[in-house]
Amino acid sequence: MPLSLTLALRNLFHDRLRFIATLIGIVFSVVLVLVQMGLYSGFGRMVTMMIDHASTDLWILSRGINSMEDISQLDGDIKDKVLAVDGVAEAVPLVIGFSDWHLPASGERTPVFIIGSDPKLRGLQPWNVVEGKAEDLGAPDTVAVDRSYYGRLGVSGTGSTAEINRHKVKVAVVTDGIRSFTTMPYVFSDLDAARSYLDLPPGKISQLLVRVKPGSDINRVRDAIRSKVANVEVLTPQEFRQRSRTFWLFSTGAGAALFAGVLLGVIVGTAILAQTLYSNTREHLPEFAALRAIGCSNRYIFRIIRYQALLNAVIGLCLAGAIGAVVVHLTAKSALPIIITPLQAGGLVVIILLMCLVSAIVAIARVVRIDPVTVLTR
Amino acid sequence: MSKALLEARNISKTFGEGHVQVRAVASANLTLKGGELTLLMGPSGSGKTTLLSILGCMLTPGKGTLAICGNPVEKAGPERLAEIRRSHIGFIFQSYHLFPTLTAAENIQLALDIRGQNGSEAANKSHKLLEKVGLSRKSKAFPREMSGGEQQRVAIARAIVANPSVILADEPTAALDTSNGRAVMNILSELAEDQNSAVLAVSHDSRVIPFADRIIYIEDGVLKHEDPAAQMERKGARQRKN
Repeated sequence: MPLSLTLALRNLFHDRLRFIATLIGIVFSVVLVLVQMGLYSGFGRMVTMMIDHASTDLWILSRGINSMEDISQLDGDIKDKVLAVDGVAEAVPLVIGFSDWHLPASGERTPVFIIGSDPKLRGLQPWNVVEGKAEDLGAPDTVAVDRSYYGRLGVSGTGSTAEINRHKVKVAVVTDGIRSFTTMPYVFSDLDAARSYLDLPPGKISQLLVRVKPGSDINRVRDAIRSKVANVEVLTPQEFRQRSRTFWLFSTGAGAALFAGVLLGVIVGTAILAQTLYSNTREHLPEFAALRAIGCSNRYIFRIIRYQALLNAVIGLCLAGAIGAVVVHLTAKSALPIIITPLQAGGLVVIILLMCLVSAIVAIARVVRIDPVTVLTR
Repeated sequence: MSKALLEARNISKTFGEGHVQVRAVASANLTLKGGELTLLMGPSGSGKTTLLSILGCMLTPGKGTLAICGNPVEKAGPERLAEIRRSHIGFIFQSYHLFPTLTAAENIQLALDIRGQNGSEAANKSHKLLEKVGLSRKSKAFPREMSGGEQQRVAIARAIVANPSVILADEPTAALDTSNGRAVMNILSELAEDQNSAVLAVSHDSRVIPFADRIIYIEDGVLKHEDPAAQMERKGARQRKN
């Protein structure tokens, strides 16, 4: 190990209380940044969860729709127009909307988000099924709910009954982990049943999923639909995903709040580290001055301070990484899981390393002003 | 005759301006030759430290010229001055200034590391020097585990590990008792003789006088060289004592 690294390491550990205080500060700031980043990607993934699980090549939506939860209506005859377009294999209608779930035991009502599609056409079916089968939704008045909402919905599994908008329903399918980022549980049902739960007139749909024939060019099919069907938007899943994320993260201010959290974490961490490195450097100024006096270059001293900064960063990152892993694990099944992608993890490492190097500048600025003569006057 | 390793000509330095101007060093001429231990003596505030700072390339003179091993230093910038110090000068400080977080051996190796010398060769050199200053058993001791005399000997080892031509010692015995002070001065004296280094020790400790080949006095910034006759007499007395 280079002696400059040994010196940096020993200087850090020399004052253990200060080192621990620094680490707490760094870990706090890294965990804060990590959680905010994780919330950002978790939220981003949650808002597109339905889009991600829909089996489709193209989405047909009313104009101006920003997200899956944006309710609007299309005429059902649009399906025939789309099916007439060259290259279209299937067109699967979706009905979505808000309704009231009537708790059988207490009589209380709770709002739910209905997703209706024909189970035979496999448009947007429940996934992660743990009880029953997705196809069971073909039976009259059956619904699928997530088991994380048992308490909210007053049910205990398949066979439980309730009412939606005065219609009796029976839980036939139970899923695991289909959580809504809003406060409303998702309820899957058959297309026609969903219309009745939402008081939609027959023939009305919310969105249309389009599957193209094998070998067809999706973009060409999309352009053809656009030219033949008026007043609709035709988006690829990726475009719809992007639009939803942009809407929820930036139009609502949620993204700005998360970014502000990241920024705050970086600022807090940089300030703590800069303060520690500065005071550590100040404490060792006579030794650094002696080093300068015996001919040490500024570069060598900068290296020692940089090593100190990087050691803080590495140790802080390891501890924060362990805490972050626990947080990610604990929130995995929550309404808003914290998700850290490998790219984000890499980005976090780069951010923290940069943070540490920037914080070293203050200490370096102090060392530059060292006058070696001071060693003769002390 | 040994060649001049340090040559200062008409060195002057003043601090402040106008009525608060203080003349710290006035037209000082000084030559340090290899193999000589020179003592710079004077009362507090006489300009010893200022002169030592200038001779050690840590402070630039207001006037005059200075050359270390033939390298002029008047126009050198801070990094060039550091390079000259690194290449030619070994420093011993009154307060030792060892890194408290490094062992005795590591403190010596640090002086090599800043010169780009490291690894087992540096470790061997540091251990040899610790042996030379009588501290081989303390190689793994931290400064807090050593006495003042021991720390000063480590500081000497650090100063000479890169074989400097000029060794400047600032009050090397001030913080030491008689026995440790004598040991330190013996080492410095041997260095001058064995390595043919030019050693300049600043001191106001009269106990170190017998070790000097030459004594220079400074008062109010003015140097006064020892009378050659007195110098001869003192050398003779030392030889008789030995």
